[in-house]
Amino acid sequence: MTGHYCDFKNADVILTSGSNNLENHPVSSKWVQRALDAGATWIVVDPRFTRTAAHADIYCPIRSGTDIAFYGGMINYIIENDLWQHEYVEHYTNATFIMEDGYEFDPETGLFSGWDESTGTYDKHTWHYAIEEETEWDTSEGGSYAWVTEEGVPEFTPPKVQVAKKDPKMQDPMCVWQLMKKHYSRYTIETVCEICGMDAETLEQVYAAYAATGAPEKSGTILYALGQTQHTYGTNNTRIMTLVQLLLGNAGIAGGGLNALRGEPNVQGATDMAMLVFDFPGYLRWPNVSESPSLRAWCESQTYYGGYYTNKPKFMVSALKEWFGDNATVKNDYCYDLLPKVPANGGDYTTMGTFHLMDSGTMKGYFAWGQNPVVSDPNSAFNRRAMSKLEWLVVADWVETATAAFWRAPDMKPEDIQTEVYFLPAALIYEKSGTIANSGRWLQWRYKAADPVGEARPDYEIADMLWSKIVELYEAEGGPSAESITNVKWDYYIDGKIDPRAVSWAFNGYNVAGTDFASGKVDLLTGFPQLKADGTTSCAIWIYGGYYNNSDAPLDPAEQPVGRRGHDDPGELGLFPQWAFSWPANRRIIYNRASADANGKPWNPNRVLVEWDGKEWATRNDVPDFVFQTTNADGTTTPVPPNDNAFFMKPEQHANFISYGLADAALPEHYEPFETPMKENLLNARLNSPCVKFGDHESVKKGDVETYPIVATTYSITEHWQTGAQTRMCPALNEVAPKQFIELSPQLAEEKGIANGDDVRVFNNRGSVVLKALVTKRIVPLEVNGETIHEVGMIHHWDWTNMYSSDDNVVNDLTPNVGDPNSFIPEFKAFLVDIEKA
Amino acid sequence: MQLTRRGFFQATALAFAGSMAFELSSQSEALAVPVDAEWKLVNTEEYTNICCYCSGGCGSIVSVRDGEVINVEGDPDHPINEGCLCPKGAAMFQLRNVVDDATGEIIHNPERKTTPMVRRPGATEWEEISWEEAIEGIARKVKDTRDATFVEKEKGVTVNYTPAIGSLGGSQQNSEEEYLILKMMRSLGIVAIDNQARV
Repeated sequence: MTGHYCDFKNADVILTSGSNNLENHPVSSKWVQRALDAGATWIVVDPRFTRTAAHADIYCPIRSGTDIAFYGGMINYIIENDLWQHEYVEHYTNATFIMEDGYEFDPETGLFSGWDESTGTYDKHTWHYAIEEETEWDTSEGGSYAWVTEEGVPEFTPPKVQVAKKDPKMQDPMCVWQLMKKHYSRYTIETVCEICGMDAETLEQVYAAYAATGAPEKSGTILYALGQTQHTYGTNNTRIMTLVQLLLGNAGIAGGGLNALRGEPNVQGATDMAMLVFDFPGYLRWPNVSESPSLRAWCESQTYYGGYYTNKPKFMVSALKEWFGDNATVKNDYCYDLLPKVPANGGDYTTMGTFHLMDSGTMKGYFAWGQNPVVSDPNSAFNRRAMSKLEWLVVADWVETATAAFWRAPDMKPEDIQTEVYFLPAALIYEKSGTIANSGRWLQWRYKAADPVGEARPDYEIADMLWSKIVELYEAEGGPSAESITNVKWDYYIDGKIDPRAVSWAFNGYNVAGTDFASGKVDLLTGFPQLKADGTTSCAIWIYGGYYNNSDAPLDPAEQPVGRRGHDDPGELGLFPQWAFSWPANRRIIYNRASADANGKPWNPNRVLVEWDGKEWATRNDVPDFVFQTTNADGTTTPVPPNDNAFFMKPEQHANFISYGLADAALPEHYEPFETPMKENLLNARLNSPCVKFGDHESVKKGDVETYPIVATTYSITEHWQTGAQTRMCPALNEVAPKQFIELSPQLAEEKGIANGDDVRVFNNRGSVVLKALVTKRIVPLEVNGETIHEVGMIHHWDWTNMYSSDDNVVNDLTPNVGDPNSFIPEFKAFLVDIEKA
Repeated sequence: MQLTRRGFFQATALAFAGSMAFELSSQSEALAVPVDAEWKLVNTEEYTNICCYCSGGCGSIVSVRDGEVINVEGDPDHPINEGCLCPKGAAMFQLRNVVDDATGEIIHNPERKTTPMVRRPGATEWEEISWEEAIEGIARKVKDTRDATFVEKEKGVTVNYTPAIGSLGGSQQNSEEEYLILKMMRSLGIVAIDNQARV
């Protein structure tokens, strides 16, 4: 999230799309109610009339998978009716920037410039700005970048500062504004209605209500979840919502932002920590073969020419010092070479790809830590069969999940499966201590309340036991690149026992010279501005800097920022800066420079995050997310007057409408779901995104509309969670929600001769399941391009395990294992099936 | 630092014995019922925690007596949930303890598995094993697989990876655990590291 849960109350208009937040984030949704109590308008756009929609002011049905058409139409509406926030767009975004010659999008082909049919990828040269001049970093003594030449800093050539050509009047046909305006001019109300299955009156009502937040003092927030991300163009779904927020001046303000309501308790932490193929902790890039085969290459390819990411070498060297300790020196490139490099085909190692690798025999061993992929991943029957080719599998969990028990699935013969499976019993959340990040970026501390039951142990103990044994084996026997293992610093012990608090020290960062974990003496850094690239500081994840920084009480989380429980509320905006810690630097609303105009005056005097009083940024209800002062050599500070660099995590320090950042589009463009009821894309000549991931794998078995005419989507209910492994072990929840079901409209039910409560067989090329029919007016057939399209929805919380409540039917046997080329997230939310009475 | 009632309990529960915490709590003005054995939360230590379901980060209070969890409820001082929990969060107690239908007694949840187990190739049942056996068995398999498949160089570039092992999951763990798992897996040369963020 760019904001946080309590901030919803500050919104004038709330748009929920691709989320059922009352159902799936019920308690935090009380902050939506606070906004409504203050007079806000709530819009819900969803294929189903959900529990959330039932409380909204405006409900607008949409065909699954057509969000880019819906939002593209909104952009067109905002521009055509001059409802955009002029000062915001002109000053803080790249609307004025001029693009490289040759940039274009051609609706006749459905492709952007640079498409290479032979590789199926874009050469993105023309997706960059036209450059007016290039300048050098000042690395001389006293210069802004003098640190580059200091002793201990790895050698690298600093990037050239690129100054883009601009047209402040935004009239140049190659400026971002004009290109964007032209791009979305095709997204007319009529076309959007044909694609999305909407009626024009409701659509215009939604557009008008939301576009009203373009007034400078108004704020609009967009709440989304997996309904946006689980598509073959899911990343562009989220990008187009960003574009809307920028147009309306809604990013960086109280009650605004783009807010992902994430679905797992610490998925934010796992993302921060980069438990992901391509990433390094703190949103850096993991070393890979093509860009960063050496530390020098990493620094040169990753360091931005401007903005805060000019500091990336400081973050990386400090992280390497944390990883390898005293073994990491400038002479050995801080042990960079010992880390694995992600190969050129890195995408093949993401979750869906790993099942292909199991199937082909490349992948032989697999760990599942509290995740249940044989039920939660798409085409799960294929995944089960692939998993049976593993030599070994390790599952750490609370219960025998379906993944642990894949070998006794209804379609498996245990005798034929040679996989050795280990089950490791894990401690519950209140049986251990540690940090957890919510999706508002709040880092909070969990205190252990009781010992684990039986022999269950915290995952940190399991990891430590396993790692210690592996190190022992490599020290005794050696092996290829054994130093990658034996040189690792692993000293997170307090009183001789593995302890999460010692890992927290590593997260926060510390001065190497004053710190010795073994003796419990730590010189914790105040925050990440203290990090250096010369090997004198150590920090596992720079963005957590400052969250655990009290060196006087390193053993007591309650005495650390993460453990704070204060209720101060400056500005009465629900920022709660004294409650826990929000990364980065305790900023509660990121990009908050954009909450004030070009002169530093807040757009809304009642929602002040920061304010320039003519001399300094005197009001700072939130921690400024921009350079608001500089520190002089003598330690004094000098205020920095307002400038336009409101988005200083970008090299040009301006928010992007057109961007080269994604693999599949410079501006979000509508494509149909991989399996679609449409014969053609009404907006361009390409039916599907040209960059769909894994679409040609033989296991996918794409279905067509003639055979499978019904659009299907999947979702969750409030009483159960994900694969149900946790919630089905709670008798109270099974009592409230005992069975999985399929929701269908009365019209479709009549057509198929199905009554409420009947067993319904749902099937496509990948699988077949039998579910209870829930016939409901909550789903309405949609008129799409002159035809009636039926949609059904299914929950997915059951499998064959669990003593209290089980079901042999796994809904994700039906979903297609294809995904987005940026996020590699599967398309669970729109696919084709047929149904019949069972 | 502003110390709220619950914050005060938190600090005290950690610093003193349970009986001391009870002494303090019994003086609280919020106590509206007579203190006797009928009160469910009598003589307990309270620990704050964060819910294990969606990413709202709602606060909870876990009450413990004699080392056993006897209650889990919303934390009224938590600014996000202000004491509320959703149906799943409100049932977190049952992850550990449930009522035995036969006896009416509260027992540890029998669905939970609390012993290391292995399912041998071709077997139709699990067998319970010790932690030592489990860790030794897994470590050996990891080393054998890694060493047999390890790629040190590719086209002259030091790459140090194995394509043969994958690690999935992390969103259920605390951040420190995520880092230890990540550090172990990456140090082994594993590229195929993913978690729930990918779905």
